[in-house]
Amino acid sequence: MAMSSARKGWAAVGLAASVSLVLAACGGDDDGGDDTAGGGETSGGGGDCAFAEDFTDLDGTTVTVYSTIVAPEDAPLEASFDAFEECTGMTVVYEGSDEFEAQLPVRIQGGSPPDLAIIPQPGLLATLVRDYDAVIPVPDEARANVEASFDPAWIDYGTVDGEYYGTPFGANVKSFVWYSPSAFADAGYEIPETWGDLIALSDQIVADGGIPWCAGFGSGDATGWPGTDWVEEVMLRTAGIDAYRQWYQHEIPFNDPQVVEAFDTVGEILKNDQYVNGGLGDVSSIATTRFEDGGLPILQGNCWMHRQASFYQANWGEGVEVAEDGDVYAFYLPGIDPEQGNPVLGGGEFVAAFTERPEVQAFQTYLSTDHWHAERASKGNFVSANRTVPVDAYDSPVNQLSAEIIADPEAVFGFDASDLMPAEVGTVAFWTGMVNWITGASTQETVDAIENAWP
Amino acid sequence: MVLAIALFGALMGLILLLTGRVRKRADLWQSLAFVLPALLLLSVGLIYPAIRTTYQSFFDRAGEFVGGDNYQFVFTNDAMITVLRNTAIWVFLTPLLSTFIGLVYAVLVDRSRVEAAAKAVIFLPMAISLVGASIIWKFVYEYRPDQQGIEQIGLLNQVLVWLGAEPRQFLIGEPWNTLFLIVIMVWVQAGFAMTVLSAAIKAIPSDITEAAQLDGLTGVRMFRYITVPSIRPALVVVLTTIAIGTLKVFDIVRTMTGGQFGTSVISYEFYTQGFRTLNTGVASSMAVILFVLVVPIVVYNVRQMRKAEYR
Repeated sequence: MAMSSARKGWAAVGLAASVSLVLAACGGDDDGGDDTAGGGETSGGGGDCAFAEDFTDLDGTTVTVYSTIVAPEDAPLEASFDAFEECTGMTVVYEGSDEFEAQLPVRIQGGSPPDLAIIPQPGLLATLVRDYDAVIPVPDEARANVEASFDPAWIDYGTVDGEYYGTPFGANVKSFVWYSPSAFADAGYEIPETWGDLIALSDQIVADGGIPWCAGFGSGDATGWPGTDWVEEVMLRTAGIDAYRQWYQHEIPFNDPQVVEAFDTVGEILKNDQYVNGGLGDVSSIATTRFEDGGLPILQGNCWMHRQASFYQANWGEGVEVAEDGDVYAFYLPGIDPEQGNPVLGGGEFVAAFTERPEVQAFQTYLSTDHWHAERASKGNFVSANRTVPVDAYDSPVNQLSAEIIADPEAVFGFDASDLMPAEVGTVAFWTGMVNWITGASTQETVDAIENAWP
Repeated sequence: MVLAIALFGALMGLILLLTGRVRKRADLWQSLAFVLPALLLLSVGLIYPAIRTTYQSFFDRAGEFVGGDNYQFVFTNDAMITVLRNTAIWVFLTPLLSTFIGLVYAVLVDRSRVEAAAKAVIFLPMAISLVGASIIWKFVYEYRPDQQGIEQIGLLNQVLVWLGAEPRQFLIGEPWNTLFLIVIMVWVQAGFAMTVLSAAIKAIPSDITEAAQLDGLTGVRMFRYITVPSIRPALVVVLTTIAIGTLKVFDIVRTMTGGQFGTSVISYEFYTQGFRTLNTGVASSMAVILFVLVVPIVVYNVRQMRKAEYR
């Protein structure tokens, strides 16, 4: 995996080199007054390239982009840059890495940051701004683009200490419960509308001799994050969006009674021996099961429900149809307290710039336009928080459903809290805390330990 | 390739020519000219980072001077104490177990008919990287529940199921999981211990062993009074080398548990602190602690090797 992405990197460098050679050759022709190079430019100004009219003087420039997205997801991503590259003559050198979060600060300190990075955690963005003073604020045109086509909250997520640093890139919806429509139909189960229905259904499955839930927290050295999503979902549903916001901003402590209640409500499902862990073992097996494998027992009928984000559809494997009448599909994880409405937990990535060159700012601006978001959606396997992208531009039913949920003004959208917390908490203490909690630590011990880790 | 060799030859010639022209103390200049590049690389790659790391360990993440706070944190925080405890268990058990197994094995197969094959079996794991070894053992420890329609894929749990016991999760229970990780390191290092010790045993002069045999020494007493004292220097080298390697055990912890379930050690924790939480101060202080722990072992090792040489 690492090998192939490294190779990919070299291929990208090779490609960049050959493209720049070709461009250089074109430039040479231009001096001779040759018409072929001019032909290229006219196509640059015409029909398909209308979107690029605002982006001038980019011919021959190069912008490097660094992110967590590696093969196979990097292919549609790189394809979405093609139109811009063809129309402006700019070269985008893309590099993805599994070690992005650790490598980015190293590259910044080493004096060789990428021009643009696609950052999955606003908490990391804040750290880079505050501790490293390395991020260039978003250009005004890009900000205007985001204000025009996104929920205003997306400006907040990219804002650190009053300055705007990150434009929204991809988005995902986490509040899904995966299930097998055919198995539900055979057993006569209905999709639960409320939390009460959900628990009643779980009890029904137990009574029928099944194990309703399956889960997996394992994810290499990021082990524990699926657990934080569970707590965040319930926190949004029991305490509400305002308390949720106070929670990730540390205006209430991590061991606040509202957080304890959220943990305990999750525990009613995940720490219940009768409810978990279908086909995977006892409660503690949740800690060691890889998150990619967590929902697969549904296919064998060993479990019935698996809460995981929209992107989990990539894990079902070849030949498994993901659709309302297919092998697996997802329903919305119901709300708990009617007063808190129907909360939706989601996440997203942000584009931040580390160098101040006109072409970098131009490309960051382009990545915030409706054109790019539509272009990216058309390449597949992506959801955008951009409201102008038509729902049927997305390639799968789950992505369409996600886009509908994100665009719904009634939905209470909560951004992944652990991604918004400082790295010590959000990506270390909270993750480790979830692992310890599921393997036997009490809720109070767990939340106290996480609170102590807050810087 | 040819060009590189030619360049190397030319450079050497140039150095020899230049230093040869110096009349006074030509030897000194000559050795300096050859040592200089190595010294330069050493200072850039080792000495400067060591000084800088020590310096950074007195600052917090925002660059404020905090004195010994980082060290205090490492020695008082509960999670960090677990890390120190685990490191101590690793450094104590791994060299002892590997050396003991290697030594007993070397003695048992010595001059037996299957010696070459038997040695190859225990030496082979040496050729596998620690990450590779960890992946192999991950499958050995792999857990599946004992339910209908579920098959065990882990060797150990399959054995347990055959014996009529419940399969168990070897990597979760603290502190036993650290022992299960140590098994991997021992598996890899025993071959090294065996090879070095076997060579040392073969180097024992046969007149000594024959004289002992005439005096009636056999079996365990032969081993205790002749073999072990004769190979003492080799034993020390093996023990200290494995101890140093153990202090650097990063790969096994990362591959097997990612430091979860209370299995983290200093060499892994300082990576987590430095690169995941961007807490350079605490990370640096852990690196310094690791450095301080290694120094006495290295000094002892070097002195022993010198003694062995001059004997």
